[in-house]
Amino acid sequence: MSRAIKVALIGNPNTGKTSVFNQLTGLKQKVGNYPGITVEKKEGVCKLPSGAKAHILDLPGTYSLNTTSLDESVVVELLLNKNDVHYPDVAVVISDVENLKRNLLLFTQIKDLRIPTILVINMSDRMSRKGISLDVGLMEEKLDTKIALVSTRKNRGVEQIKELIEDYESLSTSPNLNASRIAPDYFNRLQKAFPKEDLYKLWLVITQDVNFMPIEKKTIEDATSFSTKSKSELKKLQHKETALRYQFINDTLKETYKVDFQVAKGLRASFDKILTHKIFGYVIFLVILLTIFQAIFDWSTYPMDFIDEQFANAGEWIKSTLPPGVFTDLLAEGILAGIGGIVIFIPQIAFLFLFISLLEESGYMSRVVFLMDRLMRPFGLSGKSVVPLISGTACAIPAVMATRTIENWKERLITILVTPFTTCSARLPVYLILIALVIPKGRILGLSYQALTLMLLYLLGFGMAILSAMALNKVLKIKSRSLFMVEMPTYRLPLLKNVVYTVIEKTKSFVFGAGKIILAISIVLWFLGSNGYSTEFKNAETLVNQRIEERGLSDYSKNYIRNNIDAYKRSTAGSVVDQSNALGLESFQDSIQKMKIELEEKARGQEIASYKLEHSYIGQMGKAIEPLVKPLGYDWKIGIAVLTSFAAREVFVGTLATIYSVGSDEEETIKNRMAAELDHSGKKPLFNLATGISLMLFYAFAMQCMSTLAVVKRETNSWKWPLFQLIFMSAFAYLVSLTVYQILK
Amino acid sequence: MPTVADLSQGQKGIIKNFSEDMLPIKLMELGCLPGNSIELVQIAPLNDPLYVNLSGCHIAIRRSLAQLIELEIVDDTQIP
Repeated sequence: MSRAIKVALIGNPNTGKTSVFNQLTGLKQKVGNYPGITVEKKEGVCKLPSGAKAHILDLPGTYSLNTTSLDESVVVELLLNKNDVHYPDVAVVISDVENLKRNLLLFTQIKDLRIPTILVINMSDRMSRKGISLDVGLMEEKLDTKIALVSTRKNRGVEQIKELIEDYESLSTSPNLNASRIAPDYFNRLQKAFPKEDLYKLWLVITQDVNFMPIEKKTIEDATSFSTKSKSELKKLQHKETALRYQFINDTLKETYKVDFQVAKGLRASFDKILTHKIFGYVIFLVILLTIFQAIFDWSTYPMDFIDEQFANAGEWIKSTLPPGVFTDLLAEGILAGIGGIVIFIPQIAFLFLFISLLEESGYMSRVVFLMDRLMRPFGLSGKSVVPLISGTACAIPAVMATRTIENWKERLITILVTPFTTCSARLPVYLILIALVIPKGRILGLSYQALTLMLLYLLGFGMAILSAMALNKVLKIKSRSLFMVEMPTYRLPLLKNVVYTVIEKTKSFVFGAGKIILAISIVLWFLGSNGYSTEFKNAETLVNQRIEERGLSDYSKNYIRNNIDAYKRSTAGSVVDQSNALGLESFQDSIQKMKIELEEKARGQEIASYKLEHSYIGQMGKAIEPLVKPLGYDWKIGIAVLTSFAAREVFVGTLATIYSVGSDEEETIKNRMAAELDHSGKKPLFNLATGISLMLFYAFAMQCMSTLAVVKRETNSWKWPLFQLIFMSAFAYLVSLTVYQILK
Repeated sequence: MPTVADLSQGQKGIIKNFSEDMLPIKLMELGCLPGNSIELVQIAPLNDPLYVNLSGCHIAIRRSLAQLIELEIVDDTQIP
């Protein structure tokens, strides 16, 4: 057989569907989106015993074919559309042995669509503990199917699924029950009007709110005799249908499924008592949040520093190995730095998803929703929004990705849109340097003003996120399920394999999804910062050298060199006199001379870099926007830094260092240099309280992170939302900073 | 008639009736059908949502939804 067998995995949430998918396909998976919507699409290839291949599609978890969400519509649309490229040759319904009754509802619906269907009963390892016994043979007969008893945890039964898939042509395609019994007259008329169509399919088309099908919904509605059924009448029929299905399922299970409650034991009750407790529940959740926070804020700095260093080294290596020129610069400073800027996020993403998949897999996440729902509801957020919002305090990128766990699209979108307001770690260097510059050192009630300011900035970010969530909840007109219903799954030990796969898959999706956009923007930013059209830029070196010839180094550089040499003299003064084998005076003078030359060379290099940046494209853009940022208290130099911050907020400090021609490696130096900068009148310092606070507020609210935008584009599957964020947040930041500066100045 | 929202923690009831128009089909599919038993497992700290055991299916629903499900309280379950 040359063609791959097309398999669709279908099942209720929490049945271990993903585990089965992982077992069948290994890492040969492809994760993407369904066209035009944000529902995750997972595909993979499975090798069958005979050597043939099966294409496995992991459909979103659904409780039935009655859709209430986009995820579920995907399932129904696929199963109704024979022309879809993914229309399955065989459907594999995954069920959980403990919840078989409920899981079989979906099974009977699929079966009634006359699709060859295999039933997988998963988690069979729990049967003895729960006192469950099954008569598989009889059940196969009653349900008219083939059953595979599987335990993905114990790695049992997966081979049997493969064999059944291979043999799919021998499966029966007759329906389990005749749904038309619920309203014989109505269905008779329906059949007469559409003699070629399958009745159950017609029924689904009528009752479901799905988009595309070969049978046009419109044609049915046009046939007036069927539009007579009102919504409530249809709903009554659906209730009847459900009752009928349960009757069939109960009859089946009565003879084939037995539970000995004497044997059954579980930890659910005792775990639930503690984990959803009024006080302990929140304490435990807080501890878990703190651990996650610690991991992405603190532990991930080690791998991040390492990555940073490796990329810096690689860049140096390229520059020293390859012949100097545009291409080498592009490679080292554009492309390599851009890739470094993507890879640097991997530790944080990996850590966050490690924790999230542990929470999801263990069943704890549902308890979080249970605990937090009432608190988050007034803001239009889900109980699950808490994890993204808190992890946003470390970095918005993994946080936005973490919103995938929120099923309700509106709640998810609001969470995505407000998360970037929380104070991420990239804002910290900006805040710290500005606070040190403009906030006085004093204390109030034993707390320093500086610490209080930092805390206020954090609270401000969080408050803004909550407020805008409330506003968005009112403004956004998105039809979404208002129904709140969360399954509380049994507690389970997370499967290592699933956790590892999640981490790998999330990292991959970031690197290859959002990474492309980040790389492109960072190359553009690099180009703008290191190229210019003006003659000043092209002749920067000659011009700066000329200036130094004529007027010497800038006052600041002269001071800096003098201070350094004085410090050196002082530190060595003792050793020259005291020690017997001390440095000779002559060699001491030489070393000072050498140091002086080195410092002058460094200062010259810094002045050239500063001059170049000033006359580069981005420098000219900074100057062009000066009239725009002047009312906020900024000059063109800060304007440039605000523009370059778009790569990442912390770049602000580095850019100012370059433009003030000081080495960017010493924070104290940059601070002193910033303190010495005068405003346009030339009399007062530029960084006063008003400018400082205006800048801090700008950084608190403005959307200045291309990586976040890229990830939002990926997660919302459109440019609409990241652009909305960019414009709304930046405009808001501008207005706030403008107001505050005008009041304070 | 009492509803699921009137149960106290640990109490059980037998589902009697509900307004078909109001109650989501989803809930029926999870086993919320007349005659089935329902137990209130836990009430969230802020009094909402409610965590119920719907004849073996454990779900959390909001109080507003629970008020739509009428039932007959089974008394003897109060004794541990």
